[in-house]
This record gives sequence, C-alpha cells and structure tokens, in this order.
Amino acid sequence: MDLSPSRPPSERVLFEVSSVSAIAPIGSFRLLLPFQMVLVLAIGDLHIPHRAPDLPAKFKSMLVPGKIQHILCTGNLCIKEVHDYLKSLCPDLHITRGEYDEDARYPENKTLTIGQFKLGLCHGHQIIPWGDLDSLAMLQRQLDVDILVTGHTHQFKAYKHEAGVVINPGSATGAYSSITYDVNPSFVLMDIDGLRVVVYVYELIDGEVKVDKIDFKKTANTQSAH
Amino acid sequence: MLPHGDDEEKWLAEGIAGIQHNAFYMHRALDSNDLKDALRYSVQMLSELRTSLLSPHKYYELYMRAFDELRKMEMFFREETARGTISVIELYELVQHAGNILPRLYLLCTVGSVYIKSKEAPAKDVLKDLVEMCRGIQHPVRGLFLRSYLCQISRDKLPDIGSEYEGDADTVNHAIEFVIQNFTEMNKLWVRMQHQGPTREKDKREKERSQLRDLVGKNLHVLSQIEGVDLDIYKETVLPRVLEQVVNCKDELAQHYLMDCIIQVFPDEYHLQTLETLLGAFPQLQPTVDIKTVLSQLMDRLSNYAASSIEVLPEFLQVEAFSKLSNAIGKVIEAQVDMPVVGAITLYVSLLTFTLRVHPDRLDYVDQVLGACVKKFSGRAKLEDSRATKQIVALLSAPLEKYNDIGTALKLPNYPRVMDHLDNGTNKVMAVVIIQSIMKNTTCISTADKVEALFELIKGLIRDMDETQDDEIDEEDFKEEQNSVARLIHMLHNDDPEEMLKIICTVRKHIILGGPKRLPFTVPPLVFSALKLVRHLQGQDGDVIGEEISATPKKIFQILHQTIEALLSVPSPELALRLYLQCAEAANDCDLEPVAYEFFTQAFILYEEEVADSKAQVTAIHLIIGTLQRMNVFGVENRDTLTHKATGYSAKLLKKPDQCRAVYACSHLFWVDEQDGIKDGERVLLCLKRALRIANAAQQMANVTRGSSGPVILFIEILNKYLYFFEKGNPQVTSSVLQGLIELIKTEMQTDGSSDPSADAFFASTLRYIQFQKQKGGAMGEKYDPIKI
Repeated sequence: MDLSPSRPPSERVLFEVSSVSAIAPIGSFRLLLPFQMVLVLAIGDLHIPHRAPDLPAKFKSMLVPGKIQHILCTGNLCIKEVHDYLKSLCPDLHITRGEYDEDARYPENKTLTIGQFKLGLCHGHQIIPWGDLDSLAMLQRQLDVDILVTGHTHQFKAYKHEAGVVINPGSATGAYSSITYDVNPSFVLMDIDGLRVVVYVYELIDGEVKVDKIDFKKTANTQSAH
Repeated sequence: MLPHGDDEEKWLAEGIAGIQHNAFYMHRALDSNDLKDALRYSVQMLSELRTSLLSPHKYYELYMRAFDELRKMEMFFREETARGTISVIELYELVQHAGNILPRLYLLCTVGSVYIKSKEAPAKDVLKDLVEMCRGIQHPVRGLFLRSYLCQISRDKLPDIGSEYEGDADTVNHAIEFVIQNFTEMNKLWVRMQHQGPTREKDKREKERSQLRDLVGKNLHVLSQIEGVDLDIYKETVLPRVLEQVVNCKDELAQHYLMDCIIQVFPDEYHLQTLETLLGAFPQLQPTVDIKTVLSQLMDRLSNYAASSIEVLPEFLQVEAFSKLSNAIGKVIEAQVDMPVVGAITLYVSLLTFTLRVHPDRLDYVDQVLGACVKKFSGRAKLEDSRATKQIVALLSAPLEKYNDIGTALKLPNYPRVMDHLDNGTNKVMAVVIIQSIMKNTTCISTADKVEALFELIKGLIRDMDETQDDEIDEEDFKEEQNSVARLIHMLHNDDPEEMLKIICTVRKHIILGGPKRLPFTVPPLVFSALKLVRHLQGQDGDVIGEEISATPKKIFQILHQTIEALLSVPSPELALRLYLQCAEAANDCDLEPVAYEFFTQAFILYEEEVADSKAQVTAIHLIIGTLQRMNVFGVENRDTLTHKATGYSAKLLKKPDQCRAVYACSHLFWVDEQDGIKDGERVLLCLKRALRIANAAQQMANVTRGSSGPVILFIEILNKYLYFFEKGNPQVTSSVLQGLIELIKTEMQTDGSSDPSADAFFASTLRYIQFQKQKGGAMGEKYDPIKI
C-alpha cells in the first residue's frame, strides 16, 4: 500500500494517518458497520463484458442494497446492465466516463460534498502520465477537493499528501490492464464520520476477501477555501 | 326432460322436505321401539331417492340426508337384534318385503351391515348376496349411489387378512372379488350414463359424469387399502381384472380417470413391478384418451419414488424400467398418430426427468430420449407450436440443471439436433439458457473441441440465421444477448498456451461471421483474452527454444491485428483505436518494436481518417499520448515520428482549450521519469510555451466574441505543469519563469470582471501548494525559496 513518505508536520497537513493495515476477514466487518454513519462505495474499471464476465460472486454477496449511501464510480462499467446493478445497490450514484463506457453522457469529472468532505471523481485516462501522483495532485488542486477518487490503472492506491487524499479503488473485477500486472479485484468503502474518514479496502486474493483499513483525519482548523 | 336450475332447486327442496317429514315419524317410531312404523317411514323416506329429476350434484345432497338417517336405522337394527326382539336373519327377510326396490335395497344393505357385524353368517356370503341384489337397480345415477352406499357400509367389514371378519382360508379373495365386482358394476352404470338421453346434451352429461367419478374410484381406493392385496395378488388378480374392465369399457372419460386412479392409489413399488402389464394397457385405450398426461403422471411418480431413497434404485434397474417406459412411449406415439407434437414432447420430458433421477450416470439414455425426439420431428423443418417449443426448452434445460455442467450436454450428439428444430427465436432463448448455465456454475470450457461444440449450440446468437428477421429484433434484447456472448468468451480458458491459442482461433473463426452488428460486442473480449495469453507467454519467452511451438506473442499479435481489423468494416473506429493501443502496449512489454510501431501506426491512421467527432478526438488523443508516454521499446527515430505526430494532432484539435490541454499533456512525451534517455527539457518547454500561446489565443478569442476575458483556468493549469517540471529538475523551467507566470495570472484575474470561483479556488490551492513546498525546507524548500507569492 502506498502511503506518502513522512513529511514534517505542518498545519497545512489536512490529513493524518492514524492506523494502517488491519487485515481481517470480511465476516468480522460486514458491510454495515455499527452506528449511523455515511458509507460511500468507490468502485470502478469493471470492464464488463470486455475484460471480465461479471463481478466476483464474493463481492456480489457483500454488496447488498440499502447499506450504502453514495456510490462513486470512476467509470468503465462498461454497459447499462452494470449501471443498473450499481443503481440497485444505491440510487445516489455518481459516475464519470471511462474510455470504454457506452454511455456518452457520463461527465469527464464530478465533484460533490458529503458531510465535511469535498470529493472529486474522475476516471483518470485524461491525466497523463497515467496514475502519476503529482499529476493527480494537480487535478485535486483544480477540483479543490479533500478526497480525489480516480481509476484507470486497476491498482488500488490510497495516498495521503499535503493537499488531501487520493484514492484509486482498483478494478472491481480484477480486469486485465496494460498498466498493472496481476490485478486483484478490489473496491473501496469509505466511512465518513465528521472530520474522519475510514477507508476500507476490499481485495480478493486467491479467492479470499481481505480487508485493509486506513484512517484519515481532516484537521478542523484548515478548511480549504471554497 | 332434464331439469333446469330453478326447477331443480324446487325439486331438491321437495325431496329434502319429504325426507325430513318421514324421518320425523321414523324417529318417533325409533324412540318407541316400533319396528313396523320405523320400517314403514324409512321406506317412504328412501322413496325420495327414486327421483330422476335431479342432476348428480343435487342428488348427492339428497342422498347425504338419507344416508344420515340410515345410520340411525342401522343403530336401531343393531339394538333390536341385540335385545333379541328380532333375529338378524328375520330382519334380513323382513326388509325385503318393502314394496319398492330402491328403498328395499338400501334397507337390505343396512341390515346386511348389522348381519355381518353379528357374525351369524360369513361376511363373504352376505356381501356376495348384497352385491348381486344391487343389480336390481339399473338406473345409472340411482344405481351408482346405491352401490356407493354398499361400498361405504362394507369397507370396514371386508373379510380381509387380520380383520375380525376373516373366515377360513382364502377369504381375502372374496373380499377382493366383492370390491372388484362392485367396481365393475358401477363402472358399467357410469359408462352407460353417457349413452342415455339426447346427443345434443352430451357435453352436459359428460360434466355430470365427471362429478360422479369419485364414486367409482372409491372402489379402487378400498382395494388398495385391503391388507391382503400383496404384490403377488395385485400382479395376478387385481391389476389384470381392473385393467380388463378399464380397457373393455371403451369409454374415454372412464379410461383416463381410472388409469390415473390406478396410478394414484396403488403403491409405487407395485407399479414398478407390474410396469409391463400397466404399460401394456395404454396402447389398448381409446385413441382420444389423453394418455400423455397419465403416462407423465406415472413417470413423475416413479421419478419421485426413485429420488425418495437410494435403496430403491436397484429395483428400477432390475425391472429395466427405462427401456420399458421408453418402449411404451414409442408405442403410444406410434398408435396415436393424431397426438400433437407437444404431447409427444411432454412424454419425452417426463421420460428424461425419470432417467435423470434414476440413471444419472447413463448419458446414453439422455441422448436416446433426445434422439427419439429428433425422430419425431423428422420431416418438419422448424416447430411452430409455441407450447411445443416451451416443452423443448424444458427438455433441453433439464440435463443442464441436473449436471450443472455444459460439458455434459456437449457430449450428447442429439442435443444440437434437437436445437436445430427450434425456431430462431427459441433457439436464441435456449442459447441464452446455455450461457446462463455456464455463467451460473462458472464452468470453464477448456478445450478447442468443446468450444467448437458449444458455438455450434449457440450459433443462433453468433450469426444471422435468417436475414428477413433482422428488423424485428428488439435492440435491447440484441444487446443483452451479445453481451452474454461477450461474457461467455471469458469462460473459455486453458492454462496451456497451445490449447488456449486453439481456443482463441476457434472463437475468432465463429465470431468473425457475426457481421457488423455483433463484432463490436464480441471482438473486445476476444482481444483481451488473447492479450492475457500474450502476458502469460511473456515471461516464458526464450525458454522453449528448439521446441515446436505455435503459441508465440508474435503469432498472437498477428491474430489480434486481423481481429481488430474486422471492426473497421463495422465501422467502429474508436473502439478499434483503443484496442490497437492496448496491443501496442502489450507488444512494448514483449519488446517487439516493429509490432508496437505497426499497432501505433494503425491507431494514428484511424485517428486521421475515421475519428471525426471533436469530443471523440479529444479522448482519442489523450489515449494516444498516455500510451505513447509509457512506451519504452521505440528507438529514437520511431519515437520521434510518433511524438511528432501526437503533438501535431494535439495542436489541431477544434477547441482552443482542448488544444491547450492536449499540447501540455504532450510535454510528458519528452520527459519520462523512468527512462533516463528521455529528459528533453527544451522540448518540454516548447510544449508548455505552445500551450501558453494557445491559452492566449483562447483568451483573445473570448475577448472578441464575448467581450469578456477567457479561461484564466488554462493559465493556472499550465502553471501547475511548470511546477511539475520545476520539481522534476528540468533546467529550462526556472523560478523566474514561474514567477512571471504567477504574476501574469494575478493580473489576468484582477482585470477579469466576472470572476470564476473555480479558477479562484484552483489558483488559491496552487499558491497554497507553493507555500507548502517553500515551508518544507530541505532541497525542495530551497528550490522554491526565490518564488514570491
């Protein structure tokens, strides 16, 4: 898991990492964690049916309707059936356009506010070099968001850097990628609670679902200028 | 004259009143132990049952009232004989003095019941007497109810084995004889009903008869309850006698009902052991009898019996149940030439269900059933009966559901032959069912031969079977079908590269026939399947020198090239361009420069000649730049050609902002972190300067056309790019250049009347970033130090 190299503390740091990598089987988490909080599913690069027949059955059984409040989909679904499936999980569905999406109406990028956080969404094939953190950081500055969610590389990433968090949920189907070899299917669930966001990464490794947890805190004294 | 509704109600009411009236006096006589009056009023009461005005349904109501009263008479008779007022034999004589035959026989049966209970005579003699005497009533409805009464009162008094009425040896035969005789007589009465009255009311009579059938069937039920009817007796006596009556009565309704009844009331193991006899009766039935329903019923029961316990399965094998059933079906279908196709298929579906349950290991049986179906269809091209096609789908789905493995169906030679008889629409439905089965069970089809067989099964989805149909196809349905084919392609897999290559070639051979409508759906999954194989081979290259191998990346790239080329006829240039770029990158990873260059060339040609839409151009050029940026296989010359092209096209996009963004993206083509050779600071700067010029031009255009300043945001984007290369150590990007750009943007934003909040935010966050970098200290902090914000 890529986390940014340690930087000297500064009040400009909006996030701090408080815990990393607690691997636990999915059964102990379930999808609905206790208490009232906002769950945001970040998912993308499914490439159905070009590169994969369907979502892994294990993911499908975990993703049940009514548990998730928002879905951020980076794109490359690619067909309407997948769109309808995501919509059935949660009606508040935000999608940006991947280069293989049949639906041309998805926007290139999108921003939205959930609780105290401003989130940005973009597929990422427009950002060259692909998957480059510094270039994604530029997009993050441009969209002026706390959390930027992008895809395209099919590799799960969660970076913390001076301007916020950049998350790539990977490919939910583990689709072939020219950029990443040996792709494991993965998606991300963000639990947004006040100034805190806990990122759960669900990854299917050799038929088993592994969960990683990363905790980010937004420091209250520094609001980005909106 | 047959009664009509209102009249009938009236007659029923009168009959009930008559019964109630006489019953009242009868009760009084019973209370005062007056046998003579009791008999007199009971006879008068029973006379109400002599009516011919009521339909069977209404007559039943009347009968039930009389029946209740007769129970009281029976009780009275029993008390009287017990007290010794009169002997049961005397009573048996006495009731025969009643003037009218119907009341007389009801009373005789009632006394007969008491007689048997008293054991003063053997049960078999009394029963024989009663069943003979009842012949006196030949009116169908009256006779049926009378005999039904006899059946009712005698059922607990049969000289059965273990019963208190069992006499000397062999009495169980008398019991059986009695029930069969009563059954035979009742059936005759029941059949005769059909032939009474005018023919125009035949349908109505049929309906009425149908209401009476359970009276007849009751006898069979009683037979099945007799302890003494063991398998031998059933086989030797009961079944042949009953079947004889069923066959000889030559009545459609009776035959259908009674055959069904036999199957329902007797145990399954009996059926299994007498299959030959039972099945032998079917071809002798009237041609109009709905044999398929009855036979299906039998097979369903046997299937369930087989499923109930593994221990019974040897019995099925021992009696060769499958071949017997199979023969019987063959004979029935042969005998009933008018049987609609759907009937025959229904029979085969039942037989298939049977064999899947009983002989899951006998695939040859499954194929035999399918073969029989094919034979039945021979001579017809396609089935048009929608119910028949539905049954065929059931027939073809059954093995899939049973084995959860398409591999099984692929082994059945008759499977595709049955499918050939489906109309195009249903053929497709079946093909989708097959694909769904594969997907549901995540079955991997692992050899080229199986893939070939599978594509033969689903050919209805793969190519146009009938051109005239094209217009009728719903677009949504078509998409769904083709997407399911696309999903399927991912299930065709083998880890062995040689076999996998064969699979790919087989799939390619089939999908290439799909025509322009299908190719955009089927080509991408095939391309990615092949690219996966390339990647699989990538690591092994070189290790297998000397061996004869065909599965090499080079070979696969050739196939890929030809496959993607097929998209050009669609035409689907945007998709083809993307796939070419994927291949180029894969070729790059295999270190195949000429191949990669060729794919790139193809992508550029498509861009130049086919991608016309300006929005599509923007996406395409970004994909080209993004891919090219990652390529490391090219020598200087090739690389120069391609980067030159890419920058050229970027600057020629329609909209200025798009031009500007594409051009600054091109700067990354000249500065690649991972490649030491590519750090051309000068050309990076050229790109950025060009982007600035375009941004300026965009601004001027906005001034002219809209009277406002244009998109400041472009300048901020370019500033960010400068910062990127500044940090990367590009010597051409100096702090003073950055300072100049920052000042420029500040000025622009001040003069800009209508401020753009998103540009403000972007600039603010960029300045914040610079500030952050300045404060970071170290080398980066020093680098940023000269910049003032």
